[in-house]
Amino acid sequence: MKLNRRSFLQSTAGAAAASTLSFPAWAEDPIGVASVHDLSGGLDIYGKPMVDALTLAVEEANAAGGLLGRQIKLINYDTQSNMQLYTQFAQQAALKDKVAVVHGGITSASREVIRPVLDRFKTLYFYNTQYEGGVCDRNQFDTGVTPAQTVEKLVPYAMKKWGKKVYVVAADYNYGQITSQWVKKYVLENGGEVPSIDFFPLDVTNFGPTISKIQAAKPDFVWSALVGGAHISFYRQWAAAGMRKSIPMASTTFAVGNEHIVLSPDECNGMLICYNYFQDLKNPTNAAFVSSFQKRFGADYPNITELAMGTYQGFRLWAEAVKKASSVDRLKVIEALETGISIDAPSGKVTIDPPTHHCVLDVHIAEVNNKKLNVLEDFPQQKPADTAAVCNLIKNPNDNQQYVIKI
Amino acid sequence: MDLVVLVAIQVLYAIASLALISVGLAIIFGMMRVINLAHGEFLMLGGYAAIVATSNGMSIWLAMLVVAPIVVGIIGVIVERTIIRFLYGRMIDTMLATWGLSLFLVGLTTAMFGNTTVGISAPLGSFQIGAYRTSVYTLFVIAVATGVLAGIYAVMRWTRLGLLARGTMQNANMAAALGVNPPRVYAITFGVGAALSGLAGAVLAPVSGVFPTIGVAYVAKSFITVIGGGAAILSGTASASVLFGTINQIATFATTPVFGEVALLAAAIVLIRLLPQGITGRFFRRGL
Repeated sequence: MKLNRRSFLQSTAGAAAASTLSFPAWAEDPIGVASVHDLSGGLDIYGKPMVDALTLAVEEANAAGGLLGRQIKLINYDTQSNMQLYTQFAQQAALKDKVAVVHGGITSASREVIRPVLDRFKTLYFYNTQYEGGVCDRNQFDTGVTPAQTVEKLVPYAMKKWGKKVYVVAADYNYGQITSQWVKKYVLENGGEVPSIDFFPLDVTNFGPTISKIQAAKPDFVWSALVGGAHISFYRQWAAAGMRKSIPMASTTFAVGNEHIVLSPDECNGMLICYNYFQDLKNPTNAAFVSSFQKRFGADYPNITELAMGTYQGFRLWAEAVKKASSVDRLKVIEALETGISIDAPSGKVTIDPPTHHCVLDVHIAEVNNKKLNVLEDFPQQKPADTAAVCNLIKNPNDNQQYVIKI
Repeated sequence: MDLVVLVAIQVLYAIASLALISVGLAIIFGMMRVINLAHGEFLMLGGYAAIVATSNGMSIWLAMLVVAPIVVGIIGVIVERTIIRFLYGRMIDTMLATWGLSLFLVGLTTAMFGNTTVGISAPLGSFQIGAYRTSVYTLFVIAVATGVLAGIYAVMRWTRLGLLARGTMQNANMAAALGVNPPRVYAITFGVGAALSGLAGAVLAPVSGVFPTIGVAYVAKSFITVIGGGAAILSGTASASVLFGTINQIATFATTPVFGEVALLAAAIVLIRLLPQGITGRFFRRGL
């Protein structure tokens, strides 16, 4: 056979076309799962543990044979603490990678950036961070705790321990603005008062005047909803001014970014926090989880955070729903999740609450003590009552907004 | 009454920290007309130098007051010898070069230390003013700033080095004709400016923590202070710091930190509109 240039090109082009065309027909191509988290910049203290937990969850699922006989491919996007990148990467995940689900978003601001994008391109979205509550969107599931699950427990606990006058400092974006209103609501309901709520942009590092103002107001304790690396200096300056021993502090954000390890015990001991997960929780599922986590990421891994666990549980819930639906199709998976899927997670039993797309889960109050978080009290199976008061996606599946508390 | 004292201390602290972060820039910009956009990164490097030295067991005082300025000073001399000296008199080119340097230093420190906030606890504890408490470290920062400004004044006014530096900046050719070696004076001046930035970064590290991009938070404020101060390095920096620090802190105390920053920027705009040459273009003209 005589092979000239033209016939060679024709035959190889034909073969190449045939191979690319036939490729998607293989049943074995992996299921795409996108991770959209900040792995650098000021919010990486939150993002890194979340991606580690997601990586472990995917590897575990793949080691167990994948989902529906297919392997899972994790596609990582680093949004660099930059809101514009959230839009870009969410679009890329939905349109270019055509993933089955997006896990991601850390701050509430970033969630509100990607939520409409993923709604528009009909890609299932899991937001795995503890947040201010109220998001009502059939395309989204929220596996983090909300104020009715944590603030409602911690406010009376702290007020009983310390007193009724509460000064609130919070980060200046939707999370801090809304959460501080919840704190105020529960303080008032418990017969206390809130003399002032101060907001700080994420890059503020000088808290001197605020610390003076707090002293002038003489509260019984301070509530912190501060966020990110720069705000850590609030706790430093608070301790340096000698205030830690005279005015105690409770927080809805502290330790989520491992602040209790970054700071010295002298700067944060005694602070009260309330979350779904603590690494020291005593149950067999958690013991197994911690040991496989440390085997994967090193025994010296500082601390498995609340947000890391939210992400791990988010992936597990999604995987359960895929199994139940026998499909990765968006609507079928949503319907499977809406049957009230439940997993036995390291934090205890976690169940999807169908009307709100949030979770029913255990919460715990803990105290910071020498770089550890000691659990003081447990509250089993808390419902997302704040979102449930305003949101019912079973009755109104087309609802799509974030409800904001009014006081 | 004790609240007034407390607020007064906060105001002094704001002035001192503005003066500290600006004085290194004032020397490099004011004397050499080099717009050093890597100024914020010099501060950041000072912070890292202090934290690394402290975590390796060195006394925090030695780390902040000796190690940080020496390390950043040496980096400054290297930068001057390898980059800046080819660009004297070419303002736009130096801006580009130092901006590139700034990005490089941010990338380098991110690769070395990771993009997370590190910090050291502020030493010295706290003290009581009536019903209020504040940290002794605040007073220490005020003392360091005062010491630095006094030191610069003394060197410029009374030493041969200061005289040579001032002469070279005024007329390099004349100074060279009189036997001075201008490249050496430039290198030393740039090194001193960098060292003071390193010192400032180290002294502020226990207050604000350090991360690779913290320079951005400093650089705008230092430029505003230096431009607002005008031609005279020392009296310019001092007077602009007093003005902006007071406005910033009182506005912050009366409202919120957001309005504090807005008030500072608004004051800067009004000032530059009224006094385009900066404060020392009109007042204290014969100051250093």
